[in-house]
This record gives sequence, structure tokens and C-alpha cells, in this order.
Amino acid sequence: MSNTLLIAGLLLLMTMAYVHGRRRALSSAAGRRVALHSLPSYHGLYIALWCGLPALALAILWLVLEPSIVRWMVVASLPEAQRSLPSGELGLLLNDVRNLAPGNVAGRQPDAATAAAVETYRTLKSIVFWAMVAAVTAVAAFGFEVGRRAIAPAFRARQRVERTILWLLVAASTIAVLTTIGIVLSLVFESARFFDKVSPFEFLFGLEWSPQTALREGQVGSSGTFGAVPVFAGTLMITIIAMTVAVPVGLMSAIYLAEYASPRVRAWAKPLLEVLAGIPTVVYGFFAALTMAPAIRELGTFLGIEVASESALAAGIVMGVMIIPFVSSLSDDVINAVPQTLRDGSLALGATHSETVIRVVLPAALPGIVGSVLLAVSRAIGETMIVVMAAGLSARLTANPFDAVTTVTVQIVSLLVGDQEFDSAKTLAAFALGLLLFVITLGLNVVALTVVRKYREMYD
Amino acid sequence: MTDAPLPIASPRRPNLSRRRARRRAAERRFRWYGMAAIGFALLVLVVLIGGIVRTGYGAFLATEIGIDVAFEAETIDPAGTRAPATLSDANYRTVLRKALAGAFPQVTAQRDQQALMGMLSSSADFRLRGMVLDNPSVIGTTQRVWLKASADIDTLRKADDIAVATTAGAGALQLLADGATVTLRAGPGAFTGLFADLAARRPDAVTNGRATLGSHLPGYMVETADGGLLRLTSFTANEATGDILLAPEAAPAQWFTLIVSPPEGDRRIDDRELAWYRALDAQGRVRTVFNTTLFTSADSREPELAGVRGAVVGSLLTLVICLLLSFPLGVMAAVYLEEFAPKNRWTDLIEVNINNLAAVPSIVFGLLGLAVLLGFFGMPRSAPFAGGTVLALMTLPTIIIAARAALGAVPPSIREAAMGMGASPLQTVLHHVMPLALPGILTGTIIGMARALGETAPLLMIGMVAFIVDVPGGFTDPATVLPVQIYLWADAPERAFVEKTSAAILVLLAFLVVMNLAAVILRRRFERRW
Amino acid sequence: MSENAILRAGPSRVVAPVPIVSAAAQTQPHRVNIAASHVDVFYAAKQAIVDVSIDIGEHQVTAFIGPSGCGKSTFLRCLNRMNDTIPICRVTGRIAIDGEDIYDPGMDPVQLRARVGMVFQKPNPFPKAIYENVAYGPRIHGMIGNRAEADEIVERSLRAAALWDEVKDRLDEPGTSLSGGQQQRLCIARAIAVSPEVILMDEPCSALDPIATARIEELIDELRQNYTIIIVTHSMQQAARVSQRTAFFHLGVLVEAGDTETIFTNPRDGRTQDYITGRFG
Repeated sequence: MSNTLLIAGLLLLMTMAYVHGRRRALSSAAGRRVALHSLPSYHGLYIALWCGLPALALAILWLVLEPSIVRWMVVASLPEAQRSLPSGELGLLLNDVRNLAPGNVAGRQPDAATAAAVETYRTLKSIVFWAMVAAVTAVAAFGFEVGRRAIAPAFRARQRVERTILWLLVAASTIAVLTTIGIVLSLVFESARFFDKVSPFEFLFGLEWSPQTALREGQVGSSGTFGAVPVFAGTLMITIIAMTVAVPVGLMSAIYLAEYASPRVRAWAKPLLEVLAGIPTVVYGFFAALTMAPAIRELGTFLGIEVASESALAAGIVMGVMIIPFVSSLSDDVINAVPQTLRDGSLALGATHSETVIRVVLPAALPGIVGSVLLAVSRAIGETMIVVMAAGLSARLTANPFDAVTTVTVQIVSLLVGDQEFDSAKTLAAFALGLLLFVITLGLNVVALTVVRKYREMYD
Repeated sequence: MTDAPLPIASPRRPNLSRRRARRRAAERRFRWYGMAAIGFALLVLVVLIGGIVRTGYGAFLATEIGIDVAFEAETIDPAGTRAPATLSDANYRTVLRKALAGAFPQVTAQRDQQALMGMLSSSADFRLRGMVLDNPSVIGTTQRVWLKASADIDTLRKADDIAVATTAGAGALQLLADGATVTLRAGPGAFTGLFADLAARRPDAVTNGRATLGSHLPGYMVETADGGLLRLTSFTANEATGDILLAPEAAPAQWFTLIVSPPEGDRRIDDRELAWYRALDAQGRVRTVFNTTLFTSADSREPELAGVRGAVVGSLLTLVICLLLSFPLGVMAAVYLEEFAPKNRWTDLIEVNINNLAAVPSIVFGLLGLAVLLGFFGMPRSAPFAGGTVLALMTLPTIIIAARAALGAVPPSIREAAMGMGASPLQTVLHHVMPLALPGILTGTIIGMARALGETAPLLMIGMVAFIVDVPGGFTDPATVLPVQIYLWADAPERAFVEKTSAAILVLLAFLVVMNLAAVILRRRFERRW
Repeated sequence: MSENAILRAGPSRVVAPVPIVSAAAQTQPHRVNIAASHVDVFYAAKQAIVDVSIDIGEHQVTAFIGPSGCGKSTFLRCLNRMNDTIPICRVTGRIAIDGEDIYDPGMDPVQLRARVGMVFQKPNPFPKAIYENVAYGPRIHGMIGNRAEADEIVERSLRAAALWDEVKDRLDEPGTSLSGGQQQRLCIARAIAVSPEVILMDEPCSALDPIATARIEELIDELRQNYTIIIVTHSMQQAARVSQRTAFFHLGVLVEAGDTETIFTNPRDGRTQDYITGRFG
């Protein structure tokens, strides 16, 4: 909260600097606006930027670095006995310290050393905070003065301000690239640590996946096995089921809407289909677990088939429904991009409407449709909540859609949610799975987007 | 002209009419497939929404039981000081127990009294304390207090899935008590109807013309006009023996036979509780009211006390962070890419990157948040600040793409006109292009926010999945969000949470509907075609 | 009503020989192939064609001329019911081909279009192989039983469209790889392949260069032997070069129809006179 106040204070300072800059610029030109090179407001902005940007940058840098510095100082203040604890337990202790610091009454009384650490932490925190306030204010004041001195009637404030803003725009546009780099680095880094413990060969080709590592040292079967093949097989099966639902239904809906439906039908059917896309995935998950899975189980019992209560079929079908609008809206665009002259050409030869669609429109739209299906596949592979709620946890190598299977995303969630210790192979395995997931979906996306773009160019 | 005219042979057109019929049928079939596909999708939509409304509407209602509570001074405030500390620490469970004993004087066994208490929500004594603290003058009075019923009673009332078939009994009923068991007689053939019913349903329960009952069989009971209720343990067509659930008078004027299904063993409410509930209901002491708890409290282990407020506030805090980060950054990036960026490899890379980022699975953003935001930058776990940042990174591509489309739709003539007046490029964009593109940008932003609001997976990764009973008060407090709350409740084993889950979904959908309507209205209002 | 009488003047009723008569016009009087009477076309509430009646003779080329927006293309598209694909378009009146009303509810537009082929303004080959472009129509109409028959139809049609020699070695290449003029001849071959009786051409040369145009015009003249051809054109020279009969449309009204020679040398209506002398349009 205090940090929010700091930022608010900085904004207030910037506003004051702006007002001051305007006034000063006007007075420097003796009140004659035309004598100024730039409008007074640019002079105001110039000072405000000088006042705010460096101070803001400092504050952000400070806030980013602060936790690790404070942590280091607290550790240094701890008695020797605790300082030499294994890193995991030390982390827990520091966590306790951090939780106790705001004065929260925890269930148990902290021991003396912890209480001392809490006191140190609290003092350090407040010292560090006030030091930051002082430093930020100083930088803001310095920037204010620098900006103030520059103001003169001939000063090209507009150019300076615009150049700064342009740089800010450039910086904003690189955030997306930085995000990608962040994703890649964090996944690669954590996966590398995983592959120190488990060989990549075992991970990629191993047929058994049971990541439960021991809770106690030396427990039997403490290593866990990390062969990801069954996990990927499960993902593949659910994806195939989902596509079996989504592609025919989505494509036929798109064809009907684009080729047959009257404008009135289109006007209400399209938004309704889009509603299907707007429903949060957790709702689909609930539907799959509560309605679809029992329905399929009952159907199976009726037909004399044994169906697991978390069957791949239930999760897959519901995921397919979720993807229908995705396929249909992309295909709709693609089909509408096929020039009308081709349809006319075929109709004029005496082809029926469906013959025209099947033999002329769809072949012409095929690249675009393939692209949209690939995008849909990528989305199905990365979909999480439906499978977390409706698919199984145990990895099983099976081709029976009535069995329970697990998926990459389910495993990531189950490995990372709940109590976790960093550095254990179990936790790191999630990042290795994440890396593979990222690589696969990225590959699909790149191919799909390229295909779709080529297609668009063909008819533009 | 120079060549001889080419002979066009007469075409081969076999079975013209049959072929034509076949082609027409194919055409019809194809059209039908299309309609079937749309029909299927819409049917699922209806089943989905309909099912959730059907299971969820009950959660907006709560069952309350009216109990006459005597706020006795000697229990609550023996010294008569009215000191808030005394009033606060008084044993309101005792007050409650006495009140229940007053309602059911026949219930004396401690175990039964405990069960009687179990019909009320565990929050009942807090409610009494609240009443006293708010208004100490209630001490010494007796008041009818409407207390929240337990989840089981609440479910019993809403689901209404215990069938009670009532038939008037013929003849004068005689009751012969022998300890806890009672023998019932009402003339020959008085129980023929019950007997026939059981023999038809479960012939295995009948041996030598005598039926023996148990918790695996439907309940057969006798109710008297004064409210007494006896559960039969065995009976023939002429005579029955049973236990007393609620004590009747010795010679009731009128009596009824009840058949209660499903069997006691198959329901969460046993016969005793059912009897009490029927008695309370008959006295008009059970009512259904709007469930305000759903909107005023956060999560709880007790279904009847759990609400969505904590999650809604958490969602709002998270969305605020998400909006504050993604909107300015997204618009700035879009302005740069659309208006200023030179066409080169670097901007191509940014563009491809943005398009791909929009299709990266959301859970990968969660991994990013876990490793970088929590691990590297040390942001607090489970906090809206970290959650909002992750969602902002995820929403950024959506906003950039929408904003670029909106900016690109502004015709170049406007830019030329502004530049022609001597406006700088930045002035042109800020004064002329942005105002025209703003509705489109806002529409895209709202849609992005709606998606962020429904997002679950990345937030699981950064620990927003904890069980949190407090409504978060700031951006760094531990919090959860609506979709995660739905996920948590969907996983809860209690049946009453199914209803809560559906209700939470309805709340979430209501937010989404409002946001999307806002986007649609914005688009209708301001969309301009150039 | 005198105007109506002129409009109704079909080829069989042409009596008054005009002094200068071309060789083409001197051929035998033609049997009436298409007879349209009192045709109105509406786009929603807007009337695009007003009470048009015309007879079109077999095995000759009829040109529809007129300024842009005069309804000549709209009327052409009525003749094979291509207007059906536009939902707001409504056609009234009677159009008969060989005495059969094509707007009869029992008439299948699909079968009609097999009899009345069409070539469009912009060449629109399917994005498939040249061979498949031509074989497509016969296939959907069940005119092809085996590969040899298909080969034969493709070759015959391409020869008839004077394209065979240019493409016979590259039949597997996509139709879109041809030049504009070749593409248009491919579209003509595609139309011929289903053996229509009538071929409608909607400004077939407007997207082509003069050399390609000349080849198409030459082709049209050859095709006249076997097909009834109706061509919409905005070029009066083209109409004069390729057609035997000409109909002049103005503001949705058929102003005048008759022998091409007559229309261009001695029009009866002042508006026709103004148009052919370049006073408007």
C-alpha cells in the first residue's frame, strides 16, 4: 500500500512540475505565446517527464531488487545455527519471517531466533522504504531542476518531448518480445535443472510417468520416474477426440452460415456461436465433470462398456464443443474470402450449391481451413481447465477412449499446485513439460499463421 | 473462320431424371448437415447454460429455521454488567441448546440434542451473539430468531427429493408402548395398503406374512393428527411395531400412514431429522429467503456460509492491475507499430511475435509468472498484484492486435489533412487518429478484460488457489478470483457445493455478459465505416 | 404501343430489308430460341429492368449494348437464373427457352444452367489444373464415365475454344497460371464442355488487351455455328464486329432491337441514335 502511495505522490509531483513548466515558459516569453518555439504545455510536459521518468525508473528498480537485498541482510543477521540450515528449511524460515512481520498472529509462537529475525526484518523493511522515498524524491527534485533550467522561449520543447514519447512507445512495443524471451528463458533454465537430474532421453522416450517423489529422505521409491510418453499420448488422444467433434461441426456451421443462411439467421446464429467461445474454460470443466462424464458413463453401462469416471471421451467432447466456435469463425472468414466469381463460375456450369461448395469453394479455401484447424489443435493441446477437472491424474498408455488418461497441462497443474519444494525433480518436471508444450504449440502456431497469411495474400 | 466448324458431339447424359433426383437429394442432405451442425452447437449451449441455471438458482435461496430463543440474563450476563466483553464471551451455544430443547421437549438424550443442533448452521451462536451485542436490551426477552439451517436441511428443502406418500388410516389407532417400542393396532387389515406396497417393491423383505424393515428399505411410518410420528420396524397386514420419532398422544383421533423413499441409508438426513424438519415445517417455522450470505461473505468450509464476495473482490483487484498495465502498454505499442514503426526485420519480428504470443497456452504464462514474477522478482504469492501482472502479459497481444486494427481503419486522408496543417506526427495521432480509433480500442480492451476475468490456469500456477476466508483488502493480500473459486468449489466433496459452484458460475457469467454487452453497445454506438 | 411493336419484333418478323445488309444477316431466318416477354427485375424495391420483351434467334450472336447501369447485365443474368444467387433480386414476367418457361417452379436452375452456359467479365478459372477446370462441368452432370471420355471432352472443348495448341502440354498446371486472354478462353472451354445450347457472355473482353480481345471475337464467330450466343458489351465496335443482332438498353428499358446493321446505320429511336453517335454513355 505504501508503494502505491509513493507512486501516487510521484504522479502528484509530475502534475505540479507540469503546471510550473507551463507558467515558467509563459513568463519567460513575457506572456506572448507566439514568442515561444513550442506551446507552453510542451514545456510543462518537458519538466514533468524529467521529474517523473528517472524517479519512476529508480523506484521500479528499487522495488525489484529490494526483496533479495533485504533477504540477504536478514540471513546475515541470523545466528550461525540457522544460517547453516539447508536452503529449503531456510526458505521456510524466511517465509515465516515475512508472514509474521506485518504483525499477523500465526498459529504457533515463533522461537526466540525467529522473533529476532522478524524484528530485524521489520526494521530493515522500514529503513529500506524510507531510504527509497528519500532517493526517489531526490532524483525527482534533481530532474525537476534540470528541466526547469532548460526552459527558454527558443527551447525546442516539443521535439524533445516527442522524441521521449516515441522512445516510450518503442519500449512498450518491445514488451511483447521481452515476454517471449522471459517465457523461453524461464522454461529453458528450469528445464535444464530438471535434465541435470533426469536424462532427456528418459523424459522424451520413457514409457512410465509417476512423478511422486518421496516426502522423507531415503523413502522407498523416492526417485520417481519421468517418462513423458504416456502423458503426451493422453494429450494426443483428448486432442483427437476434441477435433473429431470440433472440425466437422465447426466447418459445417461455417459453411452453412457463409453459404446458405439468410442474413437474419446469420445475425443471430453467429453471435450465439460466439457465446460458446466466451464461456470461461472452468465452466466447461465443471460441465464435463458434472454432466458429460456421468452421461457417458451411463451410456457405457447401457451399452455394456466399462467407462472410467474420468474418461478421455468426456473431457475430449467438451473440449471439442469449446473449440467449435474457434473453428467456425476462422473457417467462416476463410470461406468468405473465396471470391464470388469462382462460385458464379461453378453455378453457371449448372453445379448445385453443394457441388460448388465441395468441389470449388472448399478446395480453394483449403489452405486457410488447414491453418485454422492447426490453430484449433494448438489451442486444444494447451487447454488446461477442462482436463484438470474432467481428465485423470494417472498416466496410462492406452488407446481406449473410455479409459482415464492424463495430459501435459494436467500434470503441470498437479505438480505445481499445492505444497512444493523448489529444486525437486517433481517441481522442475513441470517446467520441462511446459517447455515441450510451448515448443509444440509455437510450432503449430507458426505454421498455421504462415499458411493463413499466404492464403490471404492469394486472394487479396 | 478458317478452320472447318468443330463438330460438337451430342453429349452423353445418362438417366437424367434419376441423376437429377440424386443430386437434389445430395443438396438437401448437405444443407441439412449444416443446420444440424449449428443445431448441435446451440443445443449444447442451451444444455450447458440451462443445466447451470437449474442447479445454481437454489444457491440464491437460503433456508432459515425460526426458533424461540430466550435470552436469559443468568446465562448471558449473570453479573448484570452488560459489559461488551462479558456479552461477547458468553456461551451462546447453551442459549441455543435451551431454545431447541424448548422446541422439542421430548428430545432428551444428549446425542439427539446434538443432532438437533446439527440442523442449524454452525454460525447460529454467532448470530445470537451479534444480536445481543447490537442490542443488549434483548437480554431477558424471548424472541423468535430466524437462524440459517445446515447445508443438509437446506438441500433437503430445495432438492425436495425425499418422497413422502401419505394415506389416511382407517379405524381407531391404539398405541401400546413398551419401553422404546410401540405396538400399533387399528382393526384387521389396517396395514394392508402398506404391506402391499412393500411386497410389490421389495418382496425379499416379506417372510411369512410379516415385513421386517431396515435402513436399506423405504421408511414406513405412522403419523398422528397431533404431530406424533412413529417409524415401523416390522408389520403384518393387521398389526405393526415401531419406534417413536415424535411422541404422539395415547389415543389419537386421526392417523395417516407414510411411505418415505429413498431408504434412510441412502440419504444424508435420517428419519429422526426428517421428523423434526416435518414438525418445524408444519408449524411454519421453516422459511426460504434470499441468500445474502452468498454475496456478503468469502469462502468457507461450511457450504451454507460460503460466499463469492472474497472471489469477486479478488477478481476486481486483479483486473484493475491487469487493466492498468495492459491498456497503456498495449495502446502505446499499437501506436508505435501502426503509426511510427519503419518496415524492417525488427518490426516484422515484433509483429510475428505478438501474433504467436496471442496463441500461447495460458498455462505457459502461469509458468512464466511462477518462475519470473514470484521466483525472480519476489512478488508476493497468491496476490492480485502478481495475478494481474500475469494476466496483463497474456492480454497484451489481444489489446495490441485490436488497437492496431482500430488505428489502421482510420483513413489516411485524416492523417494527411492534419499533417497538412503542420501538425507533428505525434500530434496527428493524438489529436486526430486516436479519438477516432478509441471506440475500437476500448472494445478490444473490454473483450480482453472479459477473457482475463474468465482465466483460471495461470492463476493456479501463482498460488491464487489457496483457501482464503478473508475478503482481500489490497493488491498484495492473498486472494482468489471467481474462476478459481469455481474450480475449488467444483472439487469440494459436499453436495451443497455443487449448487454454490453453479451459482458462482452464474455470477461470473453475469459479469461477462455485462462486459460483452458494453463492448457491443460501444461498437454499435461509435463504429464507423470509412 | 408502337414502341412495343418494335420491341416485339423478333427475327422471324423482320420484313423491311434495310439497303445495306451484311452477309450474315442474309442467312436463313432463324428459329426463335429464347423468348422473353414483359420481364421486370427488382432489387429489393428498386426496379432494374422494366417490361422487357425480346426474341433471340438460334445460332446467331446477339449483342446487348447500352450505357453502364442500363440493366443489360442484369437481364443477361436472368436468362440462366444467376440472379437467384442474389437474395433481394426478384424477377417477374416470362422467359422461355425452346418454349419452356425457365421461371416455372418445376424448372431446376441447375439443369437450366447446364443448357445455358455463362462466361463472366473477369476470367474466373477455378484454382485447379487446366484439365480439371474443363472436366469439372461434365463430371458434375454425369457426362463422363471413364478417363478416355473425359480426355475426349477436354480436348474437344479446348479445341473449340482455340486453346488446345497452347495448353496441350501443360494440362496439369493451374488454370490461374495462364494469361488473361487464355484464362478467358479456358472459361469458354469450360462452358462449352457441358454442351450448352446457349452461351451468355458478360463483357467477356473488358479485362483483356486488344490482341486477346481479337482472338476471343474470332472464337465467338466460330462458336456461332453451334451455339446461340448472347454477348453484353459496352463497346459498340465489338457489337458491330461480332453480332448479327443488337439490342439497345437504356435505364432498364429495351429501347430497340434488330439487325445489327440496321441498329448501327438506321436506328429508329432517337436515344439509340444518340448513343451510337457517342452523345451519351
